[in-house]
Formats: sequence, structure tokens, C-alpha cells
Amino acid sequence: MSSAKSSGNRSGNLLIPTRRQLLAGTAAVSAALAMPRRASAQKLPTAQVNTTGLAVTDTEVTVGILHSITGTMAISETGSVEAEKLAISQINDQGGVLGRKITFIQEDGASDWPTFAEKAKKLLVENKCASVMGCWTSASRKAVLPVFEQYNGLLYYPTFYEGLEESHNVFYTGQEATQQILAGLNWVTKTKGAKSFYLLGSDYIWPRTSNKIARIHITKMLGLNVVGEEYFPLGSTEFNTVINKIKLKKPDVIYAIIVGGSNVAFYKQLKAAGIDMVNKQTLLTISVTEDEIRGIGGENIEGAFACMKYFQSLDNPANKAFVAAFKKMWGEDKVIGDVTQAAYLGPWLWKFACEKAGSFDVNKVVDASPGIEFKNAPEGYVRIHENHHLWSTTLVGRARNDGQFDVVYKTPDLVEPNPFPKGYQ
Amino acid sequence: MFGDYSFGDLMSILAMQGFAGLILFSVFVLMALGLAIIFGQMGVINMAHGEFMILGAYMTYLTAHLFQNYVPAMFGIYFFVAIVIAFVASGALGLAVEWLLIRHLYRRPLDTLLATWGLSLIMQQAFRSTFGAREVGVDLPGWMMGSLHVSDSIDVQINGLLVMGVTMVITAAVALVLFRSRWGLQVRATVINRTMSEAAGIDTRRIDRLTFGLGCGIAGIAGAAFTMIGSTGPTAGQQYIVDTFLVVVFGGAQSLLGTIASAFTISQSQSALEFFLDGSMAKVITLLFVIGVLMLRPQGLFALKVRK
Repeated sequence: MSSAKSSGNRSGNLLIPTRRQLLAGTAAVSAALAMPRRASAQKLPTAQVNTTGLAVTDTEVTVGILHSITGTMAISETGSVEAEKLAISQINDQGGVLGRKITFIQEDGASDWPTFAEKAKKLLVENKCASVMGCWTSASRKAVLPVFEQYNGLLYYPTFYEGLEESHNVFYTGQEATQQILAGLNWVTKTKGAKSFYLLGSDYIWPRTSNKIARIHITKMLGLNVVGEEYFPLGSTEFNTVINKIKLKKPDVIYAIIVGGSNVAFYKQLKAAGIDMVNKQTLLTISVTEDEIRGIGGENIEGAFACMKYFQSLDNPANKAFVAAFKKMWGEDKVIGDVTQAAYLGPWLWKFACEKAGSFDVNKVVDASPGIEFKNAPEGYVRIHENHHLWSTTLVGRARNDGQFDVVYKTPDLVEPNPFPKGYQ
Repeated sequence: MFGDYSFGDLMSILAMQGFAGLILFSVFVLMALGLAIIFGQMGVINMAHGEFMILGAYMTYLTAHLFQNYVPAMFGIYFFVAIVIAFVASGALGLAVEWLLIRHLYRRPLDTLLATWGLSLIMQQAFRSTFGAREVGVDLPGWMMGSLHVSDSIDVQINGLLVMGVTMVITAAVALVLFRSRWGLQVRATVINRTMSEAAGIDTRRIDRLTFGLGCGIAGIAGAAFTMIGSTGPTAGQQYIVDTFLVVVFGGAQSLLGTIASAFTISQSQSALEFFLDGSMAKVITLLFVIGVLMLRPQGLFALKVRK
């Protein structure tokens, strides 16, 4: 499991030159902004950059990757692992972090939350990882949180999630709920003239918290109607009844936060029931990325709207280079969803923070992080907020037949992360 | 709750809802049939039932690809070929599993439970290694998607009709085989009194193997049919296994009629409750109801008198 194959990968991972220049430029800019010129110039002695006994040598620094590569969550987490390895190998191609190459130790959380906690402890205590990229579900993050806080580790967490959390030891590179929800609801109200909403979700914390925020926004802030709200056990495959209810209540918008295998069943049955998302019914989801569409089938979800911060089809040079590098490393048939891109940000944001801090020490990196910018992230400009989430742009995309999205709306400004939204709880 | 709707609206929803209940009923019967045969006739608890279904689903996926690449003109009817292939593949694997594993464990029901559970893990990992951890999308020909537009508020799902059709044909075929063929007679004899059947010259080992194979083959057909309504992934079988056992146990393990009656009861109460409450709540109440009935009638709805 262990050790880096980054050097082995390097040959298979040629960067497009523009990309390399762009990134080098970004790194230089943020480094130059942050610290005396002397520091950015060359390598600091190990004793100076590592005062807390992390796994840092004169030539290498060790980080951890902690995702499920077996079990039910492997479906979702594989993309994150791939993105993180890509970022690490690109960073190494540019000379690493503070003059040290990144090696990684990968552990398998096996879709089992206690295993995540155990492996997190191993990565921090035994391997002394300077940072860990990992977790996907909220349950796994909650399981490792006490470990990271106890041993003062550093976790970069990629998934969009329900919010209501802020830790000294975690950076959240995905969006928290309000970032993902409010902009989408405002957009659908404005452009589609929506008056009534039907909220659906799988029955666990993320959809329930998100729908709670959505309901309060719809009824209190926008003054519109929620005509129904329903939850289904995880793995549920029967949606004909709720589809009938939707037909009866005729909501302007179906707001769906259904996950996993249920997603496939839901969209297939929606299509079979003659609900026409291309011409008639508006459906807005925050749980379907390009990854999920692989299983659902493009023809079943064509016309649905998704509210995310990233789509693979985003038209900017940084994203084109990212997609090309990703496919080159992992195969032409790969698709990249929102979380995969967010996972890609983790190693970069950590690198920028280390360089600003001039140290790998966790406390110094955390202190240096707020205000760190990644100007050429595939999703566009992002910046770390004091609350450890990212300022980011929210997008609405429309699903195409081929499983990709057309971006139909983009928030004009960065959306501020607000993990504890007042008035929404 | 219905004050705002016209009579016509309510009638068409009633019709649609009845149809939704019937689809659910068909789904339940189809997934439980294979298990009922194995569990009921042989007393083997096959925890890998869901994985045999998914094997059928993957066969459908492969067949779709073959047709797309080699005979695109025939793509419209590939599904019927896929059903046959799914049956043969799952059935053949079932025969092999019986020969390698199950036959050594016949008098140890708890061990079969453990062994088939292990088998289900092995199969999941095999699917993952072969087809990848992600779900695959099974392409369907255009005519199988969408719905028949009966009136403004009534749409009849074509895939629902197809699932119902497949269920009816398979159920009829199973009933015919069990109650009208010589082999069926031998199966029933073996269930009622194994020793006596052996004395009468029935090769009960062969009967067991074929029964297990048939049950697995039907699971394969169910899996093929469910590519129309559900997901196809390495662990998708787990989505069905609980409901499947529920239907079989509630119906009474040894009775085909019981399985059908139980599927009908559970599906109708589930879809009616879901209409008035919500998905999760409907499931809770259905489970409570089943537990209640099983407390009063541990043998299930229909029980066969069997000499143990």
C-alpha cells in the first residue's frame, strides 16, 4: 500500500506546458505575497520547517491518502484518490513543497467508519504524515475528526457536505450546504418563475440538513411554497409512488438529493413515467455529478439541472489542462465530477499554505491558510476563508444526453462559505 | 389533503397508484421466486441471491454491448436474448456452486448461511474486479423507455409493463414445471419426505442440484429485468436481498402461493402507505406489520405440512 509511485508516474504524466507555467506562476505569486523573498528562493533546513516531528526529511515529505477503495463507497471515492495522486505528481514535477518531494502513504477506509478512525490514527501517529487527503462521507469525517484533533493532524476533505462543522484541523475543499443550495434556488426562482417545490432525499444527514436549509430558504426568504418533502431509505429502488404524488401536486420544481444506487432507479423511473425534463418539468439536484450519470445513463437524466461548483465541461484553460492530465494519467474513459475536482485542490492548497508559512508545522500551516488563493484551480479562482471552507463560484449545469453538463448559470461573485447559517437552523 | 383536486385528477391518480402497486408486486414476485424455490424446497438460505441477480444484470449489460457492436440492427430485441443468457449464466453458476459448496452443507443450515454470505462477498469483489467499482449504465432500446400516454394525467410505464410481463411468464412457467412435470413431482416429493423419496428411487441429489440451479437462473432473469428500473453495480444486489427475504419468510417458506400472496400484501401496503406518508415511514410500518404477523404465525402466511 505504502510508498510513493510518484516518480514512476512522472513519465506518464506529462503536463501541457501552459498548465505548468500557469501553476508555477500561481505558486510564485502566492509565495511572493506571503513571505520574505529569501524564503521562497530556496530550501530551508529541515530543523526549521519541521519542529513537531513530522515525517519530513531533507528531500521528502510524507502525506497520507485515506479513502475507501473497497466496499460500497469505493464507487465514489476512487475519483478522489485519482485526483489527489495527480495533484501530488504534478507538484513533484514542479519541485515539490519547500524543496521536498511529496511521497504518499495510502490507506483504505474500506467504507467502514471505525476503520477510517483507526487508519487516520496510524497515518498520524505511526507515519507522522504532514497532512492527510481523505474521507468522503460525512460519517467517515465525523469518525476521524476526534483523531485529527487529538493528534493535531491536518485533513483536506473534498466532498460537498451539510456544513455545521468547523475544525482547526480540517480544510473543506468542497462546498458546504448553503453555498450549493441558495444560489441554485435563487436562480431557478428567477429564470423559471418557480413558485412551488417538491423536496426529495435519501434518508440520512446530508439530504435532510440540505432540504431543511432549502425549505427555510424557499418559504421564509423567497416566500414560495414547498408542496412536499420525502425521504427514502438508502438503496431504495421504488419511486413510482412518489412520482405519482409529484404528478398530482404538479410542483414547478422537483428538488432531488437522492444518492447512490437509488439515484439510478429514481431517474429511470422518472423517465419511464413520462416526466419530460427536457421540455416541461424542471428538476434541480445537488447530488448528481458526471460520475453518477455514468450509472444513471445520460438519456435518463437529460434536461435535469444540477447545482455544483464544478463541471467537467467548464471552459477555461486551467480546466482543460486538468482534464487532459487526468485522462492521461487514469484513462480516456474517465469522467470528473465535482468532488474529484475538489479533491484535486487539497494537495495544492496545502502546498501553498506550507510555502506561505515556510514550515510544515500543522499550527503554522493552519495559521497561514486563510487568504490562500488558488487562481488557476480547474473550477476557477478559490480562496480559503477564515472558517476553513473555500470561497468559490456556484454553477448551475444542465445535463446533456452524453452525460456532460452545459453550464447555464454562474454566480457573478464568489459565494462566501457559511457553515453555520443563521436563520437556517 | 385532496381538497384541491378534481374528481378526474383523483381517479387517474388512483389508477396510476394501482398500477404502481402492481409493478412493485411484480418486482417482489420476480425477486423472491428464485429464493422461494431454493429456500422453500431445499431449506438452504442463499445469501448470495442478490449477487446472482446482479450477475444476470451484468449479462444484460454485456449482451447490450455485443449487440451494439456487432448487430446494431437487432438492438431493439436484444433484451429478450439477454434474459435467456442471464438465465443460463446464473443457472450454470448455481449448478457449479451447488456442486462445490452447498451439497457438502445440506444438514447444516447455519453453515449454508455463512457459506453463501461468503460467496456473496466473493461475487461482489469479482464484479468489482471485472466491471469496475462504478455502476454501469445499461442501454435500453428506445421503445422500452418512456410511457404510453393514455390521458393527460395517466401514463403507463413501458418498463413496468415489461417487468409485469416477464413476471407472469416466469411464474406461470415455474408453476407449470413444479406442478405438471415429472421433475416437479420429484421436487415436491423430496421436500415432503426426503428419505421416502430416495427409497422410491428418486435421485434427490440430482433434484437438489437442478433446483438450486433453477432458483439461481430465475434470480438471473430478475436481475436482467431490473436493469430497466434499477442500478447495476457490484453491490446493487444488497438493495434487493432484505425485501426478498421479507417476502419469502412472510409468505411461508415452502409455498409458491404464499410467496405470491405475501408479495401482493407487502407491495400494496407499501405503495398505499407511501402515498399517504413517505418512503421511509411506509417502510417502517410495513416492517412492523410483517413482524406482528410473524409473531402470531411464525410459519408465515401459508405453510405446508412437512415431515422433518
